[in-house]
Amino acid sequence: MFEAVLLTVITAATPLLIAAIGELVVERSGVLNLGVEGMMIMGAVVGFAVANQTGSGSLGVVAAIGAGMAMSALFAFLVLVMVTNQVASGLALTILGLGLSGMIGEAFIGVPGLKLPELHIPFLSDLPFIGPVVFQQDALVYVAFALVAGVSYMLFRTRMGLVLRSVGDNHASAHALGYSVIKVRFLAILFGGACAGLAGAYMSLAYTPQWVENMTAGRGWIALALVVFASWLPWRVVAGAYLFGAVTVLTFHAQAQGFGIPSQFLSSLPYLATIVVLVLISANRRLTLVNTPACLGKPFVPDR
Amino acid sequence: MKNVLKSAVAGLALMAGASAANAADLKACFVYVGPVGDFGWSYQHDQGRLSVEEHFGDRVETAYLESVKEGPDAERAIERFARDGCGIIFTTSFGFMNPTIKVAAKYPDVKFEHATGYKTAENVATYNSKFHQGRYIIGQIAAKQSKTGVAGYIASFPIPEVVSGINAFMLGAQSVNPDFQVKVVWVNTWFDPGKEADAAKALIDQGADVISQHTDSTAPLQVAQERGVHGFGQASDMIAFAPDAQYTSIIDEWGPYYIHRVEEVLNGTWKSHSSWEGLAEGHVVMAPYTNLPEDVVAMAKATEQKIIDGWEPFTGPITKQDGTVAAEDGVRLDDGAILGMNWYVKGIDDKLPQ
Repeated sequence: MFEAVLLTVITAATPLLIAAIGELVVERSGVLNLGVEGMMIMGAVVGFAVANQTGSGSLGVVAAIGAGMAMSALFAFLVLVMVTNQVASGLALTILGLGLSGMIGEAFIGVPGLKLPELHIPFLSDLPFIGPVVFQQDALVYVAFALVAGVSYMLFRTRMGLVLRSVGDNHASAHALGYSVIKVRFLAILFGGACAGLAGAYMSLAYTPQWVENMTAGRGWIALALVVFASWLPWRVVAGAYLFGAVTVLTFHAQAQGFGIPSQFLSSLPYLATIVVLVLISANRRLTLVNTPACLGKPFVPDR
Repeated sequence: MKNVLKSAVAGLALMAGASAANAADLKACFVYVGPVGDFGWSYQHDQGRLSVEEHFGDRVETAYLESVKEGPDAERAIERFARDGCGIIFTTSFGFMNPTIKVAAKYPDVKFEHATGYKTAENVATYNSKFHQGRYIIGQIAAKQSKTGVAGYIASFPIPEVVSGINAFMLGAQSVNPDFQVKVVWVNTWFDPGKEADAAKALIDQGADVISQHTDSTAPLQVAQERGVHGFGQASDMIAFAPDAQYTSIIDEWGPYYIHRVEEVLNGTWKSHSSWEGLAEGHVVMAPYTNLPEDVVAMAKATEQKIIDGWEPFTGPITKQDGTVAAEDGVRLDDGAILGMNWYVKGIDDKLPQ
């Protein structure tokens, strides 16, 4: 029973985790990209379409990443080169993504998709309990954790991470020191787009292998919120995503058990629980302030 | 500047409206709550719209707005259509009821048709289908086929339409197996494939081996297919997504109604009414019975025929969850009682959200 719950939680949490870790890098560089939902849905539709046409799930995943990056490149051009308002551009990106994905996906409505295979590691997968939970997931679940570990290491243990964080904290100083703020931010935005595209592919190729319009159903926004509540710390994003997934799934179990708790309350519980827990772990004000990118959302125009 | 722009836009819209009106005799407009690509509720309404186009050709022009949120957005969407020269506007979700009534009061010359609601006016008709007839049949199938004696039911919102569906399903199941259990999970959304899939998984993990849904995506059936259990499609035939899992599907056929009502507007015979038809009139259609033994198919078909011949699934004896009698033996619940249903029948292991 517990094992079954855990398996469901993993699939519910993974798209949130992947999208959020990408956005975390973007925001650490000082850019607020509200277009996560739009990039995600584009990843979902392109991933589905390519997998459907070629019969290869891996190609679908690659294409989804490409689609997310293409969307984010457009955003990067707008906010970095044209110095448009980041909030408005991000919202526009979401609206564009939702509309465009509907158009691209029209031919794929009602077409069953293909599901990414679960990895089967000899011996390990056959272990009781640990086997199915830890060693029998689709590849993207492991990719998600690898991404978090990689991002965490990159941000806090490498020179590249230091540069990225300094660009996000004080772009004027970083610029004065000779770092290209625009270049760093451009790369961060691309990374965020790739992650959002990948999260979309997870939706349409692993979570619910199908294409329907609007299928991300607001998960991009939840990912955005997770980044803030995790106070821009990668491992807290994992905690947030898994907590959100776990509470969502548990409320369904509670209902099926017939506990008689009002379902409207249960539906709001994942949001409440995640906010409360992440606010509690962020109670250390100094730590939070240190980790909040000071230049978040502020445009930067280099003086030549 | 802003005002100039606004009036320019309005002018353009007027021009567009006027030219459109010249081209066709009537403009029929549709407001959908979901995307037309949901392959469920809104998709089926759009199929109805397409059949109007096909039937009338150039005489009728159609337009639609999709993914319109229930609430203030809906009022703007409906009003935009009313201003744009639509002669008849179909608003296809329960939550559009008050916005429809409000806009209709301002545009007395435009005909409005609101699906699944209960408020009418001089120029507002309501229409709905007796989906609960289909749900009675699938309840019977579930009770026949389930080995665990437990069905899972993924429900959207606690409105009468959904509640009466759950009850009809239960009554059908009880007619086969009086001890049958139905576990209800409310997902509080019409459309979120991920959530619907999670709910299906939770139900299966708790012993349900037949899944019924009153949400719009194919995700629950896909989960059923994957886990080797069975289920029923919703709104459209979803067999392609679950070739081994779907027993049948309750299909919404809106086309005949839409064609009929558009015809009446063209003839000038349109009148406000409350239409509520089912299997007999072809507004509700059962998809082919698949993955079932012959005797169960025969039972389902017999029930289907009985309903077409005029029998009502909500015929007593019906006992409410709290033990009070809803209908004596042989007494049929009246339409109002079914359309306003806010109680569970006995045997459902859930507390109805209020």
